[in-house]
Amino acid sequence: MNDQWIIFENVSKFYGEILGVNRVNLTIAPGITSLVGPNGSGKTTLMNLMTGLIQPTRGRMSVLGVSPSNPQELFRKVGYCGQFDSFPKGMTGYEFVKSFLAVHGLSPKEAEEKTWRAIERVDLVEAAHRKVAAYSKGMRQRIRLAQSIAHEPVVMILDEPLNGLDPMARAETIRLFRQLAQGGQLLIISSHILHEVDKMSDRVVLINNGYILAEGGVLGVREEKLEEHPMQIMIRCDRPQEFASRVFASDSVVEATLHQDKQGLFIKTRNADAFYQLLNRVVVENGINVDSVSPVDDDLNAVYHYLIGSNGGSS
Amino acid sequence: MRAAVEAQAIESVAAGREWSLWMRQIRAILRIEVKKNFWGKRALLIYLLAAIPVLLTFLLTFVDPKASADIRRNWTSAQEVFAMLIYRGLILQTIVYFGCAWIFMNLFRGEVVDRSLHYYFLCSLRREVLVAGKYISGLVASTVLFTLTTAGSLFFLYYARGYQASMNYLFDGPGLKQCLAYVGITILACVGYGAVFMVIGLFFRNPIIPALLAYGWEWINYLLPPLLKKISIIHYLHSLSPIPVSEGPLATVVDPTPAWISIPSMIVFTAAVLILASVRIRRMEIRYGNE
Repeated sequence: MNDQWIIFENVSKFYGEILGVNRVNLTIAPGITSLVGPNGSGKTTLMNLMTGLIQPTRGRMSVLGVSPSNPQELFRKVGYCGQFDSFPKGMTGYEFVKSFLAVHGLSPKEAEEKTWRAIERVDLVEAAHRKVAAYSKGMRQRIRLAQSIAHEPVVMILDEPLNGLDPMARAETIRLFRQLAQGGQLLIISSHILHEVDKMSDRVVLINNGYILAEGGVLGVREEKLEEHPMQIMIRCDRPQEFASRVFASDSVVEATLHQDKQGLFIKTRNADAFYQLLNRVVVENGINVDSVSPVDDDLNAVYHYLIGSNGGSS
Repeated sequence: MRAAVEAQAIESVAAGREWSLWMRQIRAILRIEVKKNFWGKRALLIYLLAAIPVLLTFLLTFVDPKASADIRRNWTSAQEVFAMLIYRGLILQTIVYFGCAWIFMNLFRGEVVDRSLHYYFLCSLRREVLVAGKYISGLVASTVLFTLTTAGSLFFLYYARGYQASMNYLFDGPGLKQCLAYVGITILACVGYGAVFMVIGLFFRNPIIPALLAYGWEWINYLLPPLLKKISIIHYLHSLSPIPVSEGPLATVVDPTPAWISIPSMIVFTAAVLILASVRIRRMEIRYGNE
């Protein structure tokens, strides 16, 4: 198992007296995993630890069985697209990608082929021979992405990879991530753009103030918080008051609130499955016309709000 | 027995592959770094620095007829002045020293300032190989520039003496040997100072202060007692000088260290400093925000 997963064992990192992350125990499986948390929560610290750019104060890690202190082995498997928006001076996009492929030890021919393949994937072929200094922010982001995927790593670590991209480029990039994940790659992505993280991630890791607050599938994490934050479901129907009175008696319903327009109601429940069964029964028995039933807070945004937002974090 | 032999053969093939990979990687680093060292904005200062002695000897030869006549009249004294003031004082202890400081300290520190060092750290590359690649790139830049400075200065010195006399001295006298010795000392200075400045650049956030302290130590070397004198680079470089020169009335007199000790000592010292640099870089973290 060790050689397919990323494992953190009781990892802490302090910058002098400032806490980076504390006592992180985490196992990241293949697929797309998103690191979510406010600025300064420890996302970049975790990524820098995984790639050996910084070293843990305590604990140990392995990436597919390789220690981050062994860069020669690690970066045969790992590509990291960090947030540093800086480049070696005077290089074109093509030179930038190719030069560092050569540093990986690839032959000139192999480096050339892989450079073009990566540049094509990020759609920068036309600008490849322009100086990186003349690129827009989005283009710089894409050429860094190309540089990090060019050696075809199995693990991709991407720190805010959607920053600076226009909506079209974002959609393209998310599609690229999905392709990579479907090809068996392990992707770790940090992002502030919650609805996009929600769409593309198989799992999320919520982090705040250096501590891991929750990890797993978005729905799984949401269900863990049902006791504290019952699930909210909105029902659009013709007789919301009657519906409310019928369901309120059930143990599964915590709260029922009428919508302002009197055309629907909000139900809070700690047992969504039981509530849906009750809903079917009430509708059939009382002939209530239901237009729509939709959960209001079973997404990452809600999970983030419940776990971090209330602590003063921002997305 | 046969299995053991096979295992040994496999190990040696693997080791051979590793070496060939490291050589390829060093070549790739050199392609990036040499270009940067020669054509980057930071190179401009080095070109200016390297041109000073050449310009000075050019002016002495072509602009000051008295100096030119003095060189022709008293060649021995001219050689001593060149060895003491121009080569030792200006080229070796100032131009090569500060030139190497600038080139080698910037190999890592410059990249930290530019926030681009992490691209190397994110390659499938042993950090020791990175140290070797960067050091060699600095060596290429410094030796090319400063041997040209040395050769250029010598050229104008010999030019002032006149074509025929210079040719005779070069090819029928000790001239060629002396010129090669000067060039050799310059290369050795780049080797030694380069390693020291690279390691200073790795250990100190502001490497100027340790570089100036080391400069002071090298300058007062002639005043130091014999044992301390040997804890410097300049002592070994002076020992190789083709023209023995006096260090002045205040100097502590010490026999020059023979070349067969000076040269290997410098190489061993450089290797030790590079090992220190490798240990340091293995622990180095990328935290640009704190630089």
